[in-house]
Amino acid sequence: MKWDWNAVSEFMPYFWDGLKVTLQILVLGSLISFVLGLVWALLMRTPTRWVRWPVGIVTEFVRDTPLLVQLFFLFYVLPEWGLTFSALTTGVFAIGLHYSTYTMQVYRAGIEAVPVGQWEAATALNLPVRRTWTAVILPQAIRRVIPALGNYVIAMLKDTPILMVITVLELMGQARLFSQEHYQFTEPITVIGVAFILISYPASLLIRALERRLVR
Amino acid sequence: MTSGLWELVLKGIWTTVQLLVLSALLATAVSFVVGIARTHRLWIVRFLAGLYTEVFRGTSALVMIFWVFFVLPVAFGWQLVPLWAGTLALGLTYGAYGTEIVRGALNAVDPAQQEGGVALSFTPWQRMRLILLPQAVPEMIPSFCNLLIELLKGTALVSVMGMGDLTFSANLVRLALQQSAEIYTYILLIYFVIAFALTRLMRGLEKKLKAGIGKAPGNEKAARELKRAQTTGVGGGVA
Repeated sequence: MKWDWNAVSEFMPYFWDGLKVTLQILVLGSLISFVLGLVWALLMRTPTRWVRWPVGIVTEFVRDTPLLVQLFFLFYVLPEWGLTFSALTTGVFAIGLHYSTYTMQVYRAGIEAVPVGQWEAATALNLPVRRTWTAVILPQAIRRVIPALGNYVIAMLKDTPILMVITVLELMGQARLFSQEHYQFTEPITVIGVAFILISYPASLLIRALERRLVR
Repeated sequence: MTSGLWELVLKGIWTTVQLLVLSALLATAVSFVVGIARTHRLWIVRFLAGLYTEVFRGTSALVMIFWVFFVLPVAFGWQLVPLWAGTLALGLTYGAYGTEIVRGALNAVDPAQQEGGVALSFTPWQRMRLILLPQAVPEMIPSFCNLLIELLKGTALVSVMGMGDLTFSANLVRLALQQSAEIYTYILLIYFVIAFALTRLMRGLEKKLKAGIGKAPGNEKAARELKRAQTTGVGGGVA
């Protein structure tokens, strides 16, 4: 096995470019998934089954099918319907949508974990529905779910390389580009593999610490 | 779509199923071996098992697949058949998530059960085989079910390496027909049907195993959901 440090230093400019795009995807994708997930979770609590059933089926479908195929679907089918977005926009939306079906479950678990006495107290105080949610239930539920949401952010980080297939130049895309230009595969792929570990492991330690503080 | 193209899709399904079964077997073996090692009494065994888990869970499955396909042949001179390369990459990555499931379930067994085994002077291996595992395995099934679905979704990644799985066949059909809505809808539906069948299968298995130790199938879905990111293919938390 030969290891070429020159290749590593030549790869580094590509690496930083890729890291920027990866983090951009991560931040935007997380925001979409946090918001959409909450929307799904709240829709699943509406009294009418004509809302709950379609939302339940669609989210289950998105959760149980590969992100890769969903990406292809959005990337190739939307233009056929006359909607053209950049690869990055499509990718961010796809990953955000995919993960919203997971965060939805987290919110649901968090909302269910709020003691029933809190609901009863809100009813006893004659709070309107909106205020019950915004002032009583959600503040308690969201506090509980922050660590679980954080874990999904790390999960999303490790799914960002998939965006490479629709030509987004994030870390993996940059590594492949470099490999093809310089015919060196070992160094770039190993470097980004190690980079993923170096980012995700401290992040998961951070979340564990957060969990100790927030969930009691 | 013509019958020739459907044949292509059928071949793709077959490759996906083969890959799913093989990598699920490897992942299960890894989960149990490493998961049990993480409860070992020697710290060095626990440390090495933990290191394995963190390394393979810390990196991305797609990067791992690239590594096995491109770096392994150059670095060590091992050129693997695509099916085995895919199995190795997926099995090792998803197995690392599985170790967390095994460890969690073993730790959740009532300590009095262990002590009972000690009092009866069982060897550690007998305690594991006769006392801990029969009680822990049924508790693992729902999490393993989630992991299996993630693994199914993970198999799609090998299409990036040009392996002729279901996703790859969809790309071929798209190129042949020059239109994508129909074929990708079919492919998503096929994945969904496979996932649904796997869920039913695992639920049946859970019922059977729990009946064996006199328990009703559990209802702790909410608690499990919060831990899901750590114990399935998605997520990288340390439990």
